[in-house]
Amino acid sequence: MSAETLYPLQNGIGNMVRSLFPESAFFINPTLGLVSVVILVSVLAAFLILLERKVVAHFQVRLGPMRVGYHGILQPLADGLKLLFKEILKPKGADSFIFYLAPMLPLTATFLIMVIMPFDHHLQLADPAGGVLYVLGVSGLTVLGILLGGWSSNNKLSLLGAMRAGAQMISFEISLALIMLLIVMLSGTASLREIVLSQQGLIFDWWIFKLPFLGILSFIMYLVASTAELNRTPFDLAEAESELTAGYHTEYSGMGFAMFFFAEFVNMFISAGLATTFFLGGFLPPLIGISFVDGLLNAIPGFLWFFGKTFFVVFIYMWFRWTFPRLRVDQLMSLEWKMLLPANLLLLMMGAVFMVLGWAG
Amino acid sequence: MTTQSAEKYRLDGNTLPEGFRLPKSDSEDADEFFLNIGPQHPSTHGVLRIVARLSGETIVEAVPHLGYIHRGIEKMAENQTYIQNIHLTDRLDYLSAFFNNLCFCMAVEQAMDIGLPERGEYLRVMVCELQRIQSHLLWWGVMGMDLGGFTPFLYGFREREMITDIFEEMCGARLTMNFFRPGGSSFDAPDTFVPRIKKFIKIMYKALDEYNTLLSGNIIFQERTRGVGILSREDVLAYGCSGAVLRASNVSYDVRKNDAYSIYDQFDFDIPTSTEGDSLARYQIKMEEIVQSLRILEQAVEKFPEGPYRSQPKAVYKLPKGSYYSQVETPRGILGTYIVSDGGPKPTG
Repeated sequence: MSAETLYPLQNGIGNMVRSLFPESAFFINPTLGLVSVVILVSVLAAFLILLERKVVAHFQVRLGPMRVGYHGILQPLADGLKLLFKEILKPKGADSFIFYLAPMLPLTATFLIMVIMPFDHHLQLADPAGGVLYVLGVSGLTVLGILLGGWSSNNKLSLLGAMRAGAQMISFEISLALIMLLIVMLSGTASLREIVLSQQGLIFDWWIFKLPFLGILSFIMYLVASTAELNRTPFDLAEAESELTAGYHTEYSGMGFAMFFFAEFVNMFISAGLATTFFLGGFLPPLIGISFVDGLLNAIPGFLWFFGKTFFVVFIYMWFRWTFPRLRVDQLMSLEWKMLLPANLLLLMMGAVFMVLGWAG
Repeated sequence: MTTQSAEKYRLDGNTLPEGFRLPKSDSEDADEFFLNIGPQHPSTHGVLRIVARLSGETIVEAVPHLGYIHRGIEKMAENQTYIQNIHLTDRLDYLSAFFNNLCFCMAVEQAMDIGLPERGEYLRVMVCELQRIQSHLLWWGVMGMDLGGFTPFLYGFREREMITDIFEEMCGARLTMNFFRPGGSSFDAPDTFVPRIKKFIKIMYKALDEYNTLLSGNIIFQERTRGVGILSREDVLAYGCSGAVLRASNVSYDVRKNDAYSIYDQFDFDIPTSTEGDSLARYQIKMEEIVQSLRILEQAVEKFPEGPYRSQPKAVYKLPKGSYYSQVETPRGILGTYIVSDGGPKPTG
């Protein structure tokens, strides 16, 4: 974690804390960073839950939460309070240690990925050279948490949900990794910040538009694969309500459930954030080559561009979820192994050819 | 469960009921396990319990356990007069109370030879067809929800609400109507009845386009339903299926056409059939039935006559000694009422 990547912490609160404890600056930076990540994740989870409920309500010709605060704006707070006071029940015969450990893993994964998310030019807590590998590795914690949670619940529905989630997430992770590999290959770096910077220039330099049809195809595939990775409709087999009641978290109540739930929503943001980073130019403004307009676009800070693009992708995820019915397990698997994966390999090869021909810039 | 497979799963000293016996741990099927679905489960509308024997994700065997909502209505009916019994029929199928009322009243009318004024007959046809659409709309929404799409449920309810409002204005009830009487109905249709139906027909055609875009045309939906639960023509006849299940397996039978009651013979409508016999075919037939009901309604609102809506009610309804049967085509298929009378004011057991 280098000092210049932490610039918002260099002034304001950071300076204040550092001036109070000048001799312990070496751990103040990391601590402040982690605190800010925890706050960000909590606020995001609350906001995304409200957003989803409002968006789906308007898709479905109704109003959604309206009672707590103006247009239900404080609803997540009320929900959180309710979950906090709920009794945490453990089913008979459940494996206590794993049962209580499991919900923490997916949430931990979201914290860990948030650390390297490039929100702005310097608004990034860490930027490891192998950022993409780090993302893929850490997101495995989510699968682990779900598998353990379902297995330790001592419930057949939970177990079925967990097995489905495990099979599905591991399968689609291959596609996801291949798409990321394509971008890594094209941009020549695995650091998330460098990937964003490789798209500098006009809007047509973003990876989604830069190559003829290759970028847009990979973007669509990324959306499909990441929706499956997130266990959201049309791939929500892991918690298929009409089949498995609630899938792997059937037996969880109170904060155990809340942790799974929060992780699910923050993961949605992370997936969308990665889509933004890989395809939509991250924190870069969509410049179009007309100096007057570009000047205006440049005046908007980078993190606003990042959040704007990310929430656009989040909205697409929500749109998917409330429009499509669910696939069957075998259809899901054949979609990955018979269609998505071969198509990905093909795209990867085409990307390599484009690079050799020098079209990839 | 067949005797053979029950034998296969019997363990020494195993006192578990049939359908719950696990295979021996050294047998080939040791990986199989039982999953109890219901009676309380998000996908069991009403209470149905299914014990499924699973091998991984594959259902090897499914044993339905019925009878969770048997309410003894037949026994209750023996202690009430015929008019009092009409409200009991509301609850037979709470999504088509009009059909249940109608079927019971038709049996009484047949026994006592009670006739109907023309307006009464038109009123019956119109509310029944409205109710058919209403019932199909709920089915459509729930069909989507069971496949994992929640949105169709609320879209279906949006149009269903318009019909429910028409019913509410007409008879005060939204679900359990208790509306028809032998010789007509308990109330006349209000003045707004016909204009509201006309407005509804217009909106419903537009909504059907929307439904087809949202669900019928969706590739995931088609893949989920095509080739699922195929029933052959022989099967449906052997099992005595009726309604959309029958017609989806290429048997064109509808009580409204083949054994026309009320004034259905005066209307021009088609009986949709299909040769596929799978889930998708049944879905398409129900969607087509909504269109046909709209056609009947269109014709009925044009011809809806003035005049009395009910023939002179009797002080006491006493059916002559004997047994009487009537049947109607409800949204779910054929519903029959069988009454045995000993000449008194109540049915006999």
